[in-house]
Amino acid sequence: MMTAICFAEINPPQVGGVFPEIELLKSSNPVDLKYLGLSGSGIFKIQQVKADVVIIEIFSMYCPYCQAEAPAINELYGLIENNPVLKNKIKIIGIGINNSLFETDIFKNKYKVAFPLIPDGDFKLHKIIGEVRTPYFIVVKLKGGKTEVIYSKLGALGDNKAFLEKIIKSAGLK
Amino acid sequence: MKAKTILIVLIICFFTSSAYALSEAYKNNIYNPGELKPVDSVLKVKEGDAAPDFTLKSVSGKTISLNGYRGKKNVVISFVPAAWTPVCSDQWPGYNIVKDIFDSHGAVLLGITVDNIPTLFSWTNQMGKLWFEVLSDFWPHGAVAEKFSVLRSDGVAERALFVIDKKGIIRYIDVHNINQRPPLETLVRAMEKLN
Repeated sequence: MMTAICFAEINPPQVGGVFPEIELLKSSNPVDLKYLGLSGSGIFKIQQVKADVVIIEIFSMYCPYCQAEAPAINELYGLIENNPVLKNKIKIIGIGINNSLFETDIFKNKYKVAFPLIPDGDFKLHKIIGEVRTPYFIVVKLKGGKTEVIYSKLGALGDNKAFLEKIIKSAGLK
Repeated sequence: MKAKTILIVLIICFFTSSAYALSEAYKNNIYNPGELKPVDSVLKVKEGDAAPDFTLKSVSGKTISLNGYRGKKNVVISFVPAAWTPVCSDQWPGYNIVKDIFDSHGAVLLGITVDNIPTLFSWTNQMGKLWFEVLSDFWPHGAVAEKFSVLRSDGVAERALFVIDKKGIIRYIDVHNINQRPPLETLVRAMEKLN
């Protein structure tokens, strides 16, 4: 019984399920806001991102594998942004677990990350998304205010082009 | 009875889950000691005091003396309690990507634990190539931690940061809650005050 309850508490989002309702802090950087199709300040929900698909990287500035993976994720970002068909359909955000804004900004500057990195300084988001290890990737399909998880996996994405093809197929993007 | 059982389950879940050392770099090799007494030593040095000198061996094979930096570099000492534990494994990898910040304040970083060199070698290898020296305070056990009065009663060091200026004077001390990682910005602010 104990195991069952503990497990239920830490289960990450499952493919085919809905993405948990989490409140994300809007960046004060206008470039980040424009990228996600947002405006103003305060919080936002993943459904409010102006896109069909959002790739969420769960990372930490203190995570050696996340540091090593950063150039590959930047490459993925470039593949999407340089593709006129995908550019406005797929967006990437990072959630920095137990990272302050100061720390996510360090990661952003160090690795020249062009997509928004959102701090989760108190593990609040981390608890909701199942206390996953890092780096962890969740891909969410957005449609009519609803969410559907189409990818949820620990570890590096591997071949970016193959990953993108998989996402495009899973999300039914054309 | 049912409520009591649920309470016990919640307590077990809370204390057995560790949200540190989440990186896949460590796989399942991190030992979780659970929630510890936040601070288990009595600080006997203070800001403005001359830092006690020490000489220790580093993982890289060097012999490092604090006095060797006198007049040349500010020194940040990061004591962490133990290799292969959650918060410690989640602290130095962050410092490893901010060498430029240390450089800009004329500071070097020395990481110290009471573990022996082979253990530190294996553990720090999981962090990637570190730019700073990692020193072993294994023998005489915890002697340097004791000099800085941050040796806990179970023989490990506190999670403590000391910023020492080029004159060898302690300018900042943070004996942090052992269960939590010190915010990087606080350390950076302390270094900013050096110049």
